[in-house]
Amino acid sequence: MGLLSNLINGISLGSIYAVIALGYTMVYGIAKMLNFAHGDVIMIGAYVVYLTSVRAGLHPLIAVVVSMLACTILGITIEKIAYKPLRQSTSLAVLITAIGVSYFLQNMALAIFGANPINFTSVVSVPAIKLFDGQIVISGEASTAIVVSLIIVIALSIFIKKTKSGKAMLAVSEDKGAAQLMGINVNQTISLTFAIGSALAAVAGALYCSAYPILSNTTGAMPGIKAFTAAVFGGIGSIPGAMIGGILIGVIEILGKAYISTQLADAIVFGVLIVILMVKPTGILGKKTSEKV
Amino acid sequence: MKNLKKVLAVLVALTLVVTCFAACGGNEGKKDDTSATIKIGVSGPLTGGAAQYGNAVVNAAKLAVDEINAAGGVNGVKLELVTADDEADSGDKAVSAYNSLKDQGMQIFLGTVTSGSCLAVIDKTAADQMFQLTPSASADAVIANDNTFQICFTDSNQGVGSAQYIANNKLAEKVAVIYDSSDAYSTGIYNQFKAEAAKQGVTLVAEQSFQKDNKDFSAQINACKAAGAELVFLPIYYTEASLILQQAAAIDYAPKFFGCDGLDGLLAIEGFDTKLAEGVMLLTPFAADAEDEATQNFVKAYKAAYNNETPNQFAADAYDGIYIIAKLIEQEGITADMSAADICAKLKVAICADGFSYMGITGAGSALTWDKSGAVSKAPMAVVIKDGAYAAL
Repeated sequence: MGLLSNLINGISLGSIYAVIALGYTMVYGIAKMLNFAHGDVIMIGAYVVYLTSVRAGLHPLIAVVVSMLACTILGITIEKIAYKPLRQSTSLAVLITAIGVSYFLQNMALAIFGANPINFTSVVSVPAIKLFDGQIVISGEASTAIVVSLIIVIALSIFIKKTKSGKAMLAVSEDKGAAQLMGINVNQTISLTFAIGSALAAVAGALYCSAYPILSNTTGAMPGIKAFTAAVFGGIGSIPGAMIGGILIGVIEILGKAYISTQLADAIVFGVLIVILMVKPTGILGKKTSEKV
Repeated sequence: MKNLKKVLAVLVALTLVVTCFAACGGNEGKKDDTSATIKIGVSGPLTGGAAQYGNAVVNAAKLAVDEINAAGGVNGVKLELVTADDEADSGDKAVSAYNSLKDQGMQIFLGTVTSGSCLAVIDKTAADQMFQLTPSASADAVIANDNTFQICFTDSNQGVGSAQYIANNKLAEKVAVIYDSSDAYSTGIYNQFKAEAAKQGVTLVAEQSFQKDNKDFSAQINACKAAGAELVFLPIYYTEASLILQQAAAIDYAPKFFGCDGLDGLLAIEGFDTKLAEGVMLLTPFAADAEDEATQNFVKAYKAAYNNETPNQFAADAYDGIYIIAKLIEQEGITADMSAADICAKLKVAICADGFSYMGITGAGSALTWDKSGAVSKAPMAVVIKDGAYAAL
């Protein structure tokens, strides 16, 4: 019983990591950059949900949609202001800029929302599922996280394979120059990627803070790092890889805590990552030659 | 190899950014005018997970300083408060905050607020011979040096007190602990609690830990539930405690919860459903609903000054702290032009001398006195959360 319930908790936490990891993996696949500010977009998204649902009193689902819009605008703005001017620079310059943006967002949130952490009100109204006479309780937040992340991964995979914009993304990720010669608007495609990634960050923020309801200006930092690890784990650039990586990280983290040591849980996660990367340097689903979206 | 270089470069850049921020904080509010006032420094978490504590301490200290200055100062000398944010960090940030206070001309140190930060600076304050009175850092090791004194009770008092309280009142036979193994305060209480529980015949069925920034307690809560614990002891801070209460409720696990002064602040988290905290027991030296006049006056003044916020025990400790310092300054004839070391030499003897006592709002009706170790004479008192407020047990 204990194992099953820990496993479910791990999958649920991992599903949230997976949604965040999608943002990292898409942006890396297309713009070839690590957007370290992604975790902080999650935090901003969660604050927007809180403000619209609790302070303004709107329905939680409307709040999530508002937050997705806000994060989309934020994501595109960050890309235009901070990353686009550096597109021809070294990847290191962009990386440092991303770290700068991350600190900027954290400090901005600190200035606007203050230092005291607030208690996030769950946006999920799904009832808890009780199995085996209540021995195992799956909270509404956990089941919602799993279902929502599955839907997102499937929808995103279809979007990329079937739609024109999706195919454009694929082309840009393969070869930016060639894609441009074929008449694809590279700038627009990269903006679209940031838009989708940031909208997903808003969803991830709502899910994460519903499950772990403490919201402060550094809320996004830790899940951001874990999700980045998940993206590398699954093979950065690969969408199913992000899902697999996310769930694996979540499960290893929770099982490590439950059965090995709560002290070493994070060390175990990163230890497994090192082993995987030694055996398969590009991650579980990563390809050697070129990364796909 | 190429990637390794990149990673290294990023690490170096990160270090530079962090040190830059730390250094920037140092010069804020620096003034040349050091002659007119006696400067009291406060260092505490003004941002981050324990921000309520730091801000409560600063607010209350400011209130006390303003009151004293409005009444003409101490021996005609005005007090001035200088503050710094240590983010409850137990490393470089705590030291930077202390250095920043020294840059601002601090002569007496009312800090730090949390144990981890305090342990990071006590050897520095001892080397500087800076008189240090901590409002709320309760770790036993905080007062190891001769210049440091506490206003709050020590962790061993809290750990031992909690175990005795649970045993004497037969609250539970099977007890579990969830503590923060990355925090000196939490680990300190846990160790003392464990030792005393064994003596009292209380069985610890689960001992679970977590580290800073952890948000998922499902594994720990499941372990407590599986072990059949009737009471979960939480020697931790309120932010994590609020998550544990919510995650336990989510899986229908409702043991008794018992905490220490770190749980103070639980009811003040914005958006927190206080129903979840119903029945939670905790140790605290201060209850805002106490009926004595001094407490009532303090609560009224604090509420008036800070958006009708009810002061917690940290505010009360800091308020007492400023008045204790003021009393010492008055008694020893400290003047604004004295160096920190000269002030310390006098105050560290005076505070534990026979006959010095202070009747404050955190002594539960008895005057506070100090012994040479730096510990205060104060016993923890247990309260229970009832209808969203503290009630005496």
